[in-house]
Amino acid sequence: MMSLLSSIETYRHDKRAAIAATVALGIALAVFPFIISSTLSNSWLRIVDFAMLYIMLALGLNIVVGFAGLLDMGYIAFYAVGAYLYALLASPHFGLHLPIWVILPAGAALAGLFGALLGAPTLRLRGDYLAIVTLGFGEIVRIFMNNLNAPINITNGPQGITGIDPIHFGAISLAKPVTLLGFTIPSLHAYYYLFLALALFIVFVTIRLENSRIGRAWVAIREDEVAAKSCGINTRNIKLLAFTMGASFGGVAGGLFAGFQGFVSPESFNLMESVMVLCMVVLGGMGNIPGVILGGILLTILPEIFRHGAGPVQLAIFGKILLDPEALRMLLFGLALVVVMLYRPAGLWPSSTRRREFKGESGTDVMKAGE
Amino acid sequence: MSTPLLESRAIAKHFGGVKALTDVSLTINEGEIYGLIGPNGAGKTTFFNVLTGLYHPDGGDLVFDGEKLQASAPHKVAKRGIARTFQNIRLFGNMSAMENVMVGRHVRTHAGVFGAVMLDRRTKKEEAAIRRRAEELLHYVNIANRADDLARHLSYGDQRRLEIARALATDPKLLALDEPAAGMNRTETEGLRRLIEGIRADGITVLLIEHDVKLVMGLCDRVAVLDYGQKICEDIPSIVQKDPKVIEAYLGGSLA
Repeated sequence: MMSLLSSIETYRHDKRAAIAATVALGIALAVFPFIISSTLSNSWLRIVDFAMLYIMLALGLNIVVGFAGLLDMGYIAFYAVGAYLYALLASPHFGLHLPIWVILPAGAALAGLFGALLGAPTLRLRGDYLAIVTLGFGEIVRIFMNNLNAPINITNGPQGITGIDPIHFGAISLAKPVTLLGFTIPSLHAYYYLFLALALFIVFVTIRLENSRIGRAWVAIREDEVAAKSCGINTRNIKLLAFTMGASFGGVAGGLFAGFQGFVSPESFNLMESVMVLCMVVLGGMGNIPGVILGGILLTILPEIFRHGAGPVQLAIFGKILLDPEALRMLLFGLALVVVMLYRPAGLWPSSTRRREFKGESGTDVMKAGE
Repeated sequence: MSTPLLESRAIAKHFGGVKALTDVSLTINEGEIYGLIGPNGAGKTTFFNVLTGLYHPDGGDLVFDGEKLQASAPHKVAKRGIARTFQNIRLFGNMSAMENVMVGRHVRTHAGVFGAVMLDRRTKKEEAAIRRRAEELLHYVNIANRADDLARHLSYGDQRRLEIARALATDPKLLALDEPAAGMNRTETEGLRRLIEGIRADGITVLLIEHDVKLVMGLCDRVAVLDYGQKICEDIPSIVQKDPKVIEAYLGGSLA
């Protein structure tokens, strides 16, 4: 699938090849869940569904970290805001059962508002200092979720909220097999298509923003804030916009998560999750959309492969299980991160400019060519 | 010739006990090339930073084009029509030369998030105009062949030119250049002189900080000299050159 993506990039100038590659990619994405569920298992399809959610998160964080260069360590808070909003508006907890087309936009808006709330006091901060403040913000949100069960029970505290309505459109619920035009689509497949559609929408929005006046202003702020100001960029507004846009993507993903999972609790939104999403952005290729998508997929799938593979591999080699697969999984995962960062410091799939940037540092040929 | 474009009225700025600028008053007329010179640490760059809104002045007013400039609002200063370059070049290093100039158009364009995402006809047209203008400006400063190269990979002289192109992209009435010839060789300086003269011929007023005395004296219509944060002289180059206070500032009291 990745090679298809890259061929779209390569043949951008050849219209017919680009259309052919797009159609092939579309068909591949459409039959993908059926291939997974028939060759592997439904639990793998569930993992793929989660990968879609993480892609949305990674793309949202990429706007803040990759484009605008603002290191946000508490991004998962916006995921939490979206998830909890869905949980509160569509569960027996308050007895509300609002439809998804109300909740998702509301989740995006509320998460965006939280993004602006985080952005406003941190406008003067950069780098490490900003990282610490955003880290604190992420923890504050989680701790609020954990403790807002008294005096009025809003979030149901550490127990979390259960019995959340599955995502449904009118009478069609995605929790049961969906029959559409005579076809019956299993639940996990239906969720796959919904998540895919929203992930593609977010990809589309991100690409459009990247190639716009707004996207250039974000990158300009990342590169040199003083120069950006002197070019007439209102850095305050543009930074707040980055925080808001990034957060709203997180809010959408959070709402989908709550409906998909049927259960939310504060422990789903701990610091490790923020770090994970940040890793997806950095490892995939900061600021480059295909890279960030690749990062999202790999970092969701890899730990699962290690988890499922570690046991059988040990059995085959040693005849018995020496190390607990659950412990080994994070060990291998950490090792993979270290290796990638050592050998591909710009990420697995850096943008063409980032690639040039790293090349230019090792060889001076680029400098000489201009003189 | 003598319509004032920028009036600085008793601008003062101090950092703690250091008086970087004391009651600096000067008038720059429309269409002039105005030089600001002085020994190192005289306060020239501080004046630039106050003028472009990066520093908040501790006293005095700046009147630009008939209206007061708002202090500490660099983006509003740019919008009013003052563009600048920096003494230590500040480009967007990891953007292409083209993109650098396109960022300069930011202040004269309007597309917001909605326009960017929908890419409606107006936004499309605006984007095409931004690109066209950026191309023109790269041609104007003579680095069109480096349009797709990263700014940080350009040669030093080209980086200076790119910074000027980016400043011109904001459609300034006043272009403030902070030591544009620093580190340039004779040929590059000569090219720069022609570029600045061309900019003036296009109707843009130029404020120039420069150490290259030959360049300043040959290029500027009028020159002001700062020393220890105070203006000690303001006149046409030939008179400034002979002013005893200026000679003293540059060569030291005992020699004058």
